[in-house]
Amino acid sequence: MDTMTPKTAKSLQNHPTAGWLMMAPAIILLTLFLIGPFLLAFGFSFTNQRLISPNPTQIVGLRNFEQMLGVGVLTLEPERDNSGAVVRDDEGRPEYPRVRTFTRNNPDYPHLEGMREWFGWSWGDNQVVVLARDLVFMKALTNTLMFVAVVAPVQAGLALLLALMINQKLRGINIFRTVYFMPVVVSIVVVSLLWRFIYDGRNGLLNNLLSFISFGQFRPVDWLGEPSTALWAILAMSVWQGVGFHMVIWLSGLQTIPVALYEAADIEGATPWQKFRFVTWPGLRNTAVLILVVITMQAFSLFAQVDVMTQGGPLDSTQSLVFQAVQRGYEQQNIAGGSAISVLLFLLVLAISITQRYLTRERN
Amino acid sequence: MATVAEPNKNLKTGLKYLLLVLVALVFLFPMVFMVVSSLKPDLQLLRDTSSIAAFLPVGDISLDNYFAAFRRAPIGLFVFNSVFVTGLTVIGSLFLCSLAGFAFAFLEFRGKNLVLSIVIATLIVPFETIAVPMLMVVNTLPFVGPNGLQWGWLNTYHVQIVPFLADALTIFLFVQYFRDLPKELIEAARLDGATWFQVYAMVIMPIAGPVIATAAILKFLAMYNQYLWPLMVTQSEQFRPVMVGLQYFFQLNTAWGEVMAYLSLITLPVLAFYLFLQRAFIASIASTGIKG
Repeated sequence: MDTMTPKTAKSLQNHPTAGWLMMAPAIILLTLFLIGPFLLAFGFSFTNQRLISPNPTQIVGLRNFEQMLGVGVLTLEPERDNSGAVVRDDEGRPEYPRVRTFTRNNPDYPHLEGMREWFGWSWGDNQVVVLARDLVFMKALTNTLMFVAVVAPVQAGLALLLALMINQKLRGINIFRTVYFMPVVVSIVVVSLLWRFIYDGRNGLLNNLLSFISFGQFRPVDWLGEPSTALWAILAMSVWQGVGFHMVIWLSGLQTIPVALYEAADIEGATPWQKFRFVTWPGLRNTAVLILVVITMQAFSLFAQVDVMTQGGPLDSTQSLVFQAVQRGYEQQNIAGGSAISVLLFLLVLAISITQRYLTRERN
Repeated sequence: MATVAEPNKNLKTGLKYLLLVLVALVFLFPMVFMVVSSLKPDLQLLRDTSSIAAFLPVGDISLDNYFAAFRRAPIGLFVFNSVFVTGLTVIGSLFLCSLAGFAFAFLEFRGKNLVLSIVIATLIVPFETIAVPMLMVVNTLPFVGPNGLQWGWLNTYHVQIVPFLADALTIFLFVQYFRDLPKELIEAARLDGATWFQVYAMVIMPIAGPVIATAAILKFLAMYNQYLWPLMVTQSEQFRPVMVGLQYFFQLNTAWGEVMAYLSLITLPVLAFYLFLQRAFIASIASTGIKG
């Protein structure tokens, strides 16, 4: 039991009723509209729930996850003729049995049933094929990871460069700060629509610019229509839109570094690089951690750009996890499938933020 | 004086400005293209993309696209809906989240730290991933309004407002700001017999201007630019906000001039607002990063 010692500061503020009452409205709403739906998604991911279905919902355990994450490896040996020699096609490449002979109704390979070819490589005369049960999910997963892995360092780095430019003592520098930040306040939907004009394959502004500076040598590219460029196009636009946000966070970090440190460095005759390396960068460590965490989380929720610009195509090259979660849960009314992606995404983000926290804590 | 160094320094300054201007152009050109294109007839708009004319108000310039856009869609209604929903949500969330922030920052009670860490953990859930389960939740909720008790929240204003009244970021901003305020302020008011709500309303909120501005701006941007949720919950035109209104411009034959006019109409007010309050906008983003 608490003794009634007059510990003024502490006991003055120990008011459970007032505390809960003041907190309650916000917490109830958060529970109802954020934690509740999240727990629902968690629950649905273990069922076969659909938005509208004549059949009652059943619990299916981990089947949704097995379905999404199922991968198999198949080593194909080249076809041999009766003498045991490798059969080769006209160009001298060995011929292999078709993958579908293993994945369709083959009693010897039940674990590969229904899988599709994801990617493969040659191993001596053999061909190794990696199969996935849910190819679209796998593409969404790898695209999202690639997107995060590129956007996080690139956007953080460019934002730092911009912040250093803006931090110079020049007349009118605030005008440039205002302009660089401007895309942040524009809706990502509006930005995505505008950039469709920039990336257009025939009359796009980007093609015209490249053709102009190469004196007509450049062949127009359909940036959003080619599987090899579409994700990069979305990535470049996302960096363009978001970089001003993180520039401002860097800037606020830069301005916490005491001017006296720079003056001392000047007296010792430090070069601009040495000043950055030994004064600026150490002073930015906390900001760097924060920026990396924020960009990572924002990059994982890649959705509107894909929805407006490509719908995941061409050839699933711009699928993302959040886009697939919405596609399945909403467009296809497959709530269980969409929820399972949400749960995986949550676990992924959680794991990464814990890792980031751990790594940055070690250094301090 | 250093006569030799002077021209060198001028050149260096000139180069710095050149770089700054080039980067500025990279950030400006899509918006310039949008506004300029909104003034051109479709054929000219598409033809001009092959030259610098894409960014210049030249040729057949008029406001025709704007008039056509207003004929095509009830833009006034969409703007009203957006302003109404955004405004109420911003005001409501400032009140509820500051109240919760006050409790977290100043009051001690059992379970506080656990609740606060759950609130902060919700920051890592992207909204889009819980949108569908949330749709099912709001679809089953009752609401007492002017027409009596109704079940299901679809096609209403409150379905666009109530779910966003409380959010972790806003609560977090208030907690962070309140924690730095001197505790003596509160103790003095409490000893004078003020209730906790009086302390909140008459002592703390009057000095919370900076964090209120920050939270209001961030919430405003998030709400005005919302896309997926209003798309899901407003099947009837009456309640649609401006971002959903975009659909009206993408029918069989897209009239790009009208699209550009509509995009300009829904973007320029926000940009004007931003230019007017740019210091506060930038300070608000910066403050999310001060503590790390």
